[in-house]
Amino acid sequence: MGSSHHEPTFTEKYIFPLDHKNIGLQYLLTAMFMACVGGFLAYVFRMKLAWADAPVPLVGDVDGGLYNSMVTMHGTVMIFWVAMPTLIAAFGNFLIPLMIGADDMAFPRLNRLSYQIFLLSAIILIASFFVPGGSASGAWTFYPPLNSSKIVDGVVEMHNGGVYWGGNLWILAVALEFASFLLGGINFMTTTLNLRTKGMGLFQMPMSLWMINIASLVFALSVGPLVAGAIMMLSDRMVGTGFFNPELGGDPVLFQHLFWFFGHPEVYVVLLPALGFFADIIPVFARKPFFGYRIVVYFTLFLGALSFIVWAHHQFQAGIDPRMANYFTITTIIISIPFGVMLFALILSLYGGSIRFTVPMLWAISGVAEFLVGGITGIHLGTSASDIYFHDNYFVVAHFHYTLFPATFFGAFAAITFWFPKWFGRHLNEGLGKLHWMLTVVFFNGIFIPLFITGLNGQHRRIYDYKAWDEMNTPAQHNLNVIATICLLGLLATQLVFLLNFFRSWASGPKATANPYNATTLEWAAASPPPHGNFDKVLTVYRGPHEYSVPGAKEDFSPQWIQ
Amino acid sequence: MSALTNDMRTATGVITRSNTGIPSSRLAMWFLLGGEVLIFGGLLVSYMMGRLAHPEWAEEAHHTATTIGFINAIILLTSDLFVVMAHADAQRKDGASAAKNIMITVALGLAFLVIKGFEYSHEISAGLTIHKSVFWAYYYLITGIHGSHIVVGIIALTLVARTAKRGEQLQRVETAGIYWHFVDMVWLIVFPLLYIAK
Ligand code: HEM
Ligand SMILES: [Cu+2]
Repeated sequence: MGSSHHEPTFTEKYIFPLDHKNIGLQYLLTAMFMACVGGFLAYVFRMKLAWADAPVPLVGDVDGGLYNSMVTMHGTVMIFWVAMPTLIAAFGNFLIPLMIGADDMAFPRLNRLSYQIFLLSAIILIASFFVPGGSASGAWTFYPPLNSSKIVDGVVEMHNGGVYWGGNLWILAVALEFASFLLGGINFMTTTLNLRTKGMGLFQMPMSLWMINIASLVFALSVGPLVAGAIMMLSDRMVGTGFFNPELGGDPVLFQHLFWFFGHPEVYVVLLPALGFFADIIPVFARKPFFGYRIVVYFTLFLGALSFIVWAHHQFQAGIDPRMANYFTITTIIISIPFGVMLFALILSLYGGSIRFTVPMLWAISGVAEFLVGGITGIHLGTSASDIYFHDNYFVVAHFHYTLFPATFFGAFAAITFWFPKWFGRHLNEGLGKLHWMLTVVFFNGIFIPLFITGLNGQHRRIYDYKAWDEMNTPAQHNLNVIATICLLGLLATQLVFLLNFFRSWASGPKATANPYNATTLEWAAASPPPHGNFDKVLTVYRGPHEYSVPGAKEDFSPQWIQ
Repeated sequence: MSALTNDMRTATGVITRSNTGIPSSRLAMWFLLGGEVLIFGGLLVSYMMGRLAHPEWAEEAHHTATTIGFINAIILLTSDLFVVMAHADAQRKDGASAAKNIMITVALGLAFLVIKGFEYSHEISAGLTIHKSVFWAYYYLITGIHGSHIVVGIIALTLVARTAKRGEQLQRVETAGIYWHFVDMVWLIVFPLLYIAK
């Protein structure tokens, strides 16, 4: 918070930084590490699904308990420790002050605390693999009574006093993660509302900022009931109350409501920042303004509001009242309207542009295209009649990976490759970037197209060995599973290309200038990389964020900060 | 939007911007309370749905100590008055008086906790424990979470009083006060739901 901006020492910069860019970097690196963990977990259970009888290399025999633990932790890690920290925390931290022309967050010390809580939560989560009984293994949705009873985490002997550590640590880790993102989000929203530079009205902000802030708001307003539910769950597990235990007069479906009241908005929390990145990247490489800026902002606000009243589409099969199912079908289908608007706006932003297929642009365009598949299959699931068949089978798994994978990874790779020159002052290798992009797209589809088919054939998502089900244990199903697993191996190997490119370019890539893409938003007014304090003078904003190819202008870009 | 102060910490020393005209600390507190509303909202709505589904809980609710709950409501309402006075003091830049009023608030908060503690021990010795039924589980969880907010409020107010006494950081009086009002208001919702609705 000091007024003098001396260059920070190594400890100040990397261990306990206050500077928003370095805190963002901490989030990014932690999330990259957790992505490796999450990818490894996927490797374990996909190997089991393809070759049920063979031991998994590096791991050995995978029994039902270990399989469940891997699947549970994969979902948990990817959503809470990869998607959120990358898209919201890392890029929120890096971009918000730069894009509004501020020197840092409103509360730098709160910002540092948020990261430290997040790091602690990650350590606790990892530690939970190594406690007696292993990690939580009742699915990332943590439904009772499975997760409020002692069988699921094994080690019945420990039941005296009711301690099953894996699940308890899971709850603790997730609770800390929530606290971290609640504090972080409050910091983001306050910063965005209060620290904008002269002329930077809300409708002058880049789309990324709208999206990160709406996501933060939706998160802050949806997480409360699940916090309550988590406390009740912990009390059931450790004290022996019966909130979710029908034997004791409780109600297990209540937890599902509390979970999905948060869970559905949460998927938009992950999605929106990625759409924001796409919306800011596409105009740069189409040299054309983003189509329908205000309309998209309004529809995103509408989408954020709607996301609070659709949650029970996850519970059509949980014995809810059919009249209630009707209501939730209708609200769910209405959601497609704002999504349609946003996707068409992104597509129309390309129309008539002079498109350059740089690596970030490839990620952005393909991200939109892949996401479309996820959105459209959502409609099949949102209709209660068809969801009765699809629920809990691989069609659902493929659906949400076609939404979350483009959001998390296409979004992150678009953002990383786009802002890399700004963040690290160096360029990534374009050839390696394209190779990484191409292989990732091929393998991603190679994994999940087969899963749509196995799902349509009725393969259930929570079974680790299909030999007991003759109609599932056919060569056709088996081959599809093998294809998916081979593509997963390819996908994981492909990420080595990215890691190589990232770290090599960070160390020795060609130096970048302040504004290598001739872009218009404020972060490009700072040096690359921006020094502590970001800008060398106070900026004034004269126009909107995507003013490309303005008729009459001397150049094809009119930066926000130049009159 | 009020006039923008656009000096930056980089260029010209420490200046706090406030595009909205609302100080950042107050804005952040409102966001925090927005999140808190949903935590208590989730708990209380779960409880109410349970109550609707289980008419027999009314039987259990007969045993909550309405008079004690009422006394505690009065105590918290009185403490609110002192927070308001502390805020007025802070606006007049009278840190010493603000600190005094805050400490009276803290004392009332402690009184609330002591009374609540007696109530708990009385109930537990009468066999009305957290295990007795889901109603009592809700009772202990809701009042317990509320009580933990009172504890946090007491700690925060004590810290604020220490700086306010020296006339420093007076804007914190308001921020902490908003939090305290919120916690008190929650009691005014919890009280009828757990104590009056028999
Ligand atoms: C038009 C848009 C969408 C609709 C109508 C929709 C609808 C649905 C429905 C009805 C389900 C429940 C299926 C079942 O369990 O039987 C579901 C599952 C899921 N959706 Fe979507 N969805 C949409 C977009 C998205 C987006 C954008 C995301 C994330 C970025 C997403 C992530 C998920 C996830 C993670 C699940 C599975 C949760 C689980 O059971 O583990 N969906 N979707
Ligand atoms: Cu949903």
